[in-house]
Parts: sequence; structure tokens; C-alpha cells
Amino acid sequence: MAVKEYIRERFFPHIWCPGCGHGVVLGGLVRAVEAIGLKKNDIVMVSGIGCSSRIVGYMDFHTLHAIHGRALAFAVGVKMSRPELTLLVPMGDGDALSIGGNHFIHACRRNIDMTAIVMNNKVYGMTGGQYSPLSGYGTMATTAPYTNIDQEFDVVNIATAAGATFVARTTSYHVQQLPEVLEEAIRHKGFSVVEVMSPCPTYYGRKNKEGSAVDMMERLKNTTTPIGSKAKRENPSLIERGVFVKKEMPEYCAEYQKIIERAMKGN
Amino acid sequence: MGGRVEFVQGNEACVEAALYAGLDFFAGYPITPSTEIAELMSVRLPQRSGKFIQMEDEIASICAIIGASLTGQKAMTATSGPGFSLMQEGLGYAIMAEIPCVIVNVQRGGPSTGLPTKVSQGDVNQARWGVHGDHAIIALTASNHQDVFAVTVDAFNFSETFRTPVILLFDEVIGHMREKLEVPAPGEVALVERLKTSVREGVDYHPYLPREDGRLPMSDFGGVHRYNVTGLFHDMWGFPSEKPEVVHGLLRHLVDKIENHVEDVTRYREYFVEDAETLLVSYGSAARSALHVAVNRRQRGERIGLLELQTLWPFPAALVREKSRHAGYVVVVEMNMGQVLQSVKAAAERPERVFLANRVDGVLIAPADIQNILRLIQGKGV
Ligand SMILES: Cc1ncc(C[n+]2csc(CCOP(=O)(O)OP(=O)(O)O)c2C)c(N)n1
Ligand code: SF4
Ligand SMILES: [Mg+2]
Repeated sequence: MAVKEYIRERFFPHIWCPGCGHGVVLGGLVRAVEAIGLKKNDIVMVSGIGCSSRIVGYMDFHTLHAIHGRALAFAVGVKMSRPELTLLVPMGDGDALSIGGNHFIHACRRNIDMTAIVMNNKVYGMTGGQYSPLSGYGTMATTAPYTNIDQEFDVVNIATAAGATFVARTTSYHVQQLPEVLEEAIRHKGFSVVEVMSPCPTYYGRKNKEGSAVDMMERLKNTTTPIGSKAKRENPSLIERGVFVKKEMPEYCAEYQKIIERAMKGN
Repeated sequence: MGGRVEFVQGNEACVEAALYAGLDFFAGYPITPSTEIAELMSVRLPQRSGKFIQMEDEIASICAIIGASLTGQKAMTATSGPGFSLMQEGLGYAIMAEIPCVIVNVQRGGPSTGLPTKVSQGDVNQARWGVHGDHAIIALTASNHQDVFAVTVDAFNFSETFRTPVILLFDEVIGHMREKLEVPAPGEVALVERLKTSVREGVDYHPYLPREDGRLPMSDFGGVHRYNVTGLFHDMWGFPSEKPEVVHGLLRHLVDKIENHVEDVTRYREYFVEDAETLLVSYGSAARSALHVAVNRRQRGERIGLLELQTLWPFPAALVREKSRHAGYVVVVEMNMGQVLQSVKAAAERPERVFLANRVDGVLIAPADIQNILRLIQGKGV
């Protein structure tokens, strides 16, 4: 199927700023879904609130634009009711790890089969550039005019610690790796987390003097490296990309099916 | 009735009714005095291939039932005050996106953690206005287990009919008290199933285009129609829109679909109301004491009656006005600072004749408490 078959052309042009990384994530998701050969009727996409979360409106799946931070909780209800459906849950960094942090860790812990995509632009884009739990110490934001003293989360570490059975990181610059990682995540039976570093030139870029959208893309290239690379050993400040965790654990819906069998037998 | 007879808690009656109504999915978080509902659901639902999940909090619980409902399931959660507060944003979402679901609030004393194990009816106005923004809501209550059963089935039926969340506002006394319940035989009580769209695959389906009768046929997530669901103001495709005419049209629809059907959703009981000079208006466990007073005084020849409200929202103002027309005094009996009192005053022809008999100390209002107020009003002293 052509890529545009997965998109609701009627609702374009999209709302994202020129140079925003979120559109690249949309492209990556479409390619991943196409590569797996999923049927559009079998996909439910659930998002929260934020620039990133507006992605669902443009995708021709069953789409649920939920409330800020709660996408995973809605997705759990959908998935438990219809385990055969494929659940894709794109969220912003604030959405997933600030207001939605509790749902995030518990979804990891339950290992319910769905793919969480954290579109990490290190800022609250939609509300105009306030710091997020991913911004990091020393950054600037509209609510950190004298620099940010909040320490940041590491999405990969937190997902791993919380028990996610597939954890990966990539960026909007790495357009080859992005659909590959997403495909692997979607195919994985269990809770998958993919962090996509995705620039917000309008707010994060401007506040932190990171230059144009092109400059920010270049930065993604220069500040990241494949997991375990030689470059990483030489320069520990580089951020690793790739699949960090991939392991088998009992999946929640499959386990619940066993509960139903036990309950029906009366023990 | 051809069903089975049980001796149960009110919370159990609610569970029986939800299952009778065809509940498929329950998500919840433990909180006194509603916890038995979750516990029983965890036992009963998987026995019939239904799903139960204990979520990480009440916010997640209401979100999960909305997600489940979108796949065509009948879904419910149960909580008490603090959890009900946490659910307000999700409740507003279900109102805006028009997702059928049922939310039980077994009331305890508040605000805050309040009185976890004691009775109150302090959440009546929260049920009406806890959600931000203009909206309409259906909230039902009951004073005995047979009626808990009936209004719980009603709640599911109304939620499907009007595509809206429905609140069941019980209280600690009703939730924990044990009494007889006759569970009707299957088929004895009519059930409303989800209205599904007849639009065929490949034909443009408009999830948010009301039919002439105001109803919106749904298509399940996972079905042949793919559409967008959002809490933003949206057009007939469910796509966000800020066009003034779209915003106005949707808001009017959300309010009118309920406010235009007040009679259809009004449930109540009346006792000796016809010639009552003194009319008690009550609901929930408070109505049990009110009924006791009405029966006792009637036996002594006093013209006193009781109007027991089961539908609290939308407030049955016309009913209250009609039933109180000939009464010299109206006394609202409730366990809060006068929440239904406000609505009764607004509905009554002579609001200056409407009085309050209440208790707000976590103790069930007793017939003696009501008697004291009646003596004061009637100028007989306490
Ligand atoms: C309960 C609630 N609080 C606050 C907001 C306002 N709000 C909307 S989006 C957003 C943050 C978005 O940031 P992020 O999740 O990182 O997404 P981005 O816009 O950066 O893609 C906030 C705070 C809201 N919609 N709901
Ligand atoms: S504000 Fe930032 S995140 Fe939002 S659309 Fe613009 S560039 Fe993208
Ligand atoms: Mg962000």
C-alpha cells in the first residue's frame, strides 16, 4: 500500500511548525506499519495532549485523542477488551513522563502488549516552551528564565527499570533506523517503549540557542551514536541509539485469558 | 418476579445489576466504602469472559473504561469521594466524546479524605458540576437494594440511549447495609444495547452526526469504520474544530440530548403525596428515615407525604414543583448542607416554605432528627 493510504489527507496541512520533528515520527510509523503489513482496521492509535499527540488526527486508523498524560490508561481499556488489535500510543515527553508518569511505569510493569512512542523534544511544545521532566539541568525554558535546576529523566532507564520488555531509542534524524526500530517494537509481544528524540525548533531550539531546524537535526546526528559504539567509549557524553532491552515475559492479556479459564472452571 | 432471592449489601446489589445489564469491563481502584464492588467484579466478571482490572489510580480507571467502551463493551468503575474527584477530567472527556459508561460513587464524608467509613450525601453537586465547562449529566440514587438494582440497570440503559456517562450516587449506608434483593429473571427487565451504525463498509460514516432523534449510532473500535475521538470540540468526523458554529452546535447537542429528556430519565417514588400538607423530599439512605417519619405520622392522622427522588440530575424540577404545589411545608431531608435543597427551592412555587432537615456528622439522619425539625417548623418547639 502507498504511504498516503495510511493518512487522512482530508485533514492536512498539519498543525506542526516547519522543522518540527514530529512529522518525521508520523512518516516512520506509517513505514513500520506498512512493512509489517498491518490492516488499518486492526490498529488503534491512542495519544494524549500536546503537539506530538495531534499525530493521531492525521492517521487513518481508529484514533483516540485522549487527555493529557492518560493515553496509556485509555489504551489499556481498549487492549484488554480487544487483545487482537494493535495498539500504538504516541505521547509527548511531558505527556508520557510528567503528568502521565504514573501510567507509564505501571504500563511497563504490566507488560501489556502495546507500543509507547515518546516523542521527546525536551519541552512542552504545545503550551509554548516550558520545561519538561526531560529538559535537563541547565537548559532554558519560558518557566526557567534563569536556567533549569530540575534534573532530567532518562526515558530508556526509567522504562527498563519499570519492567518494559522492549526499550529502544532513536531520533527524527535517523530516518532509516526510526521505522526499523518501530517495526521491531510493534512486532514485540509485550510492552514496548521507543523514545524518539524529536526537535522543537520553535521553543526548545530558540530558548536554548540551538539554531535552525537544520542545525537541530545535525545536532541529533552529532550527539548520538549506536549502542556500544567505539565513539561512545571515547566520548561518554554521546547518547546511545538502538534497542536496549528485548526480553520475553508473560503478556498481560494472555495472562488474563488464563484467569478467565480458571474462573470458568470455578477455582 | 421469577428471579433468585439474595440477602446482600447494597454494593453487591449494584454488582448484580451491572452484570444483569450486561457489564463486560470493570476498572477500579480500592476505596472505602465502594471496594466490595471491585472485589466482587474481580470474581464475577472473568466467570463470564468479562474483564476486570485494578488500575494504578482512579484517573486511570475512568480512562480505561472509556477505552473499553469504545470497543463496544459495557464498562463501569466504582469509587468514593477522593476517587470521584480524580475522575472528573475523564468524566468530562466521556461527556464530550459521548462515550457510554457508568461511574458509581458510594459517598462518604468529605471534603478530602474526610470520613472514610461514614455516610454522607455531600457529592450531589459535585456530580452535577465537578466537570469543568457547560454540560449536562445524569445521576441516579436509591434508598433500598431493590431500587439500587433498578437504577443501576437504568444507568446502563440511559448511558447507551444517550451516549453519555451516567453517575450512580449511592452512600455508605446503602453500600454496606444488608437486606433482601430479588434478582429478576433474565429478560424480565428491558436492556438497551448499543445503537450501532448501519452504514456499510466503504461508505462515509459520520460518528458525530446526530440522527433526527438526536441519537448517534456508534461504530466499535476495531470495526470497519475508522474515525477520530477527541475531547476537543469536534466536527461530525470527530476532527478538532474551533468554528463557532461547530462549537455552538456540539455544546447545544450535549446539553439538549439530556435536558430535553428529563421526563424519560426521571425515576422517583412517592408516598402519601396526594393530600400532603407537609411534604418531605429525600433520597438515598436519608429517605429511609424520612419514610419512617411519614408512615408514623400518617398513622396518627397527619397529612404528611414523601417524595423520594431517584434521579437527582437532570433535576426533575417540574415533578418537584407539581408534587409540592399543595404542600404548606416542604422539608428536604438529606445528609449535606442543603445541596438538593437548593434545587428544590429553585423548583418550588414558594421557596420560602422549603426547609432543610439534615445531618452532616457522618451519622445516618434518624427519624428523631426529622421530627425535631418538623416540630420547629410547625411551631411546636423541640
Ligand atoms: C490536565 C492538563 N494540564 C495541562 C494541560 C496543558 N498542556 C497541554 S499540552 C501540554 C504539554 C505538552 O508537552 P509534551 O507532552 O511534551 O508534548 P509536545 O507539545 O512537546 O509535543 C500541557 C502542559 C492540559 N491539556 N491538561
Ligand atoms: S511548537 Fe515545537 S513541538 Fe510544537 S509543532 Fe512547533 S516545533 Fe513542533
Ligand atoms: Mg514535548
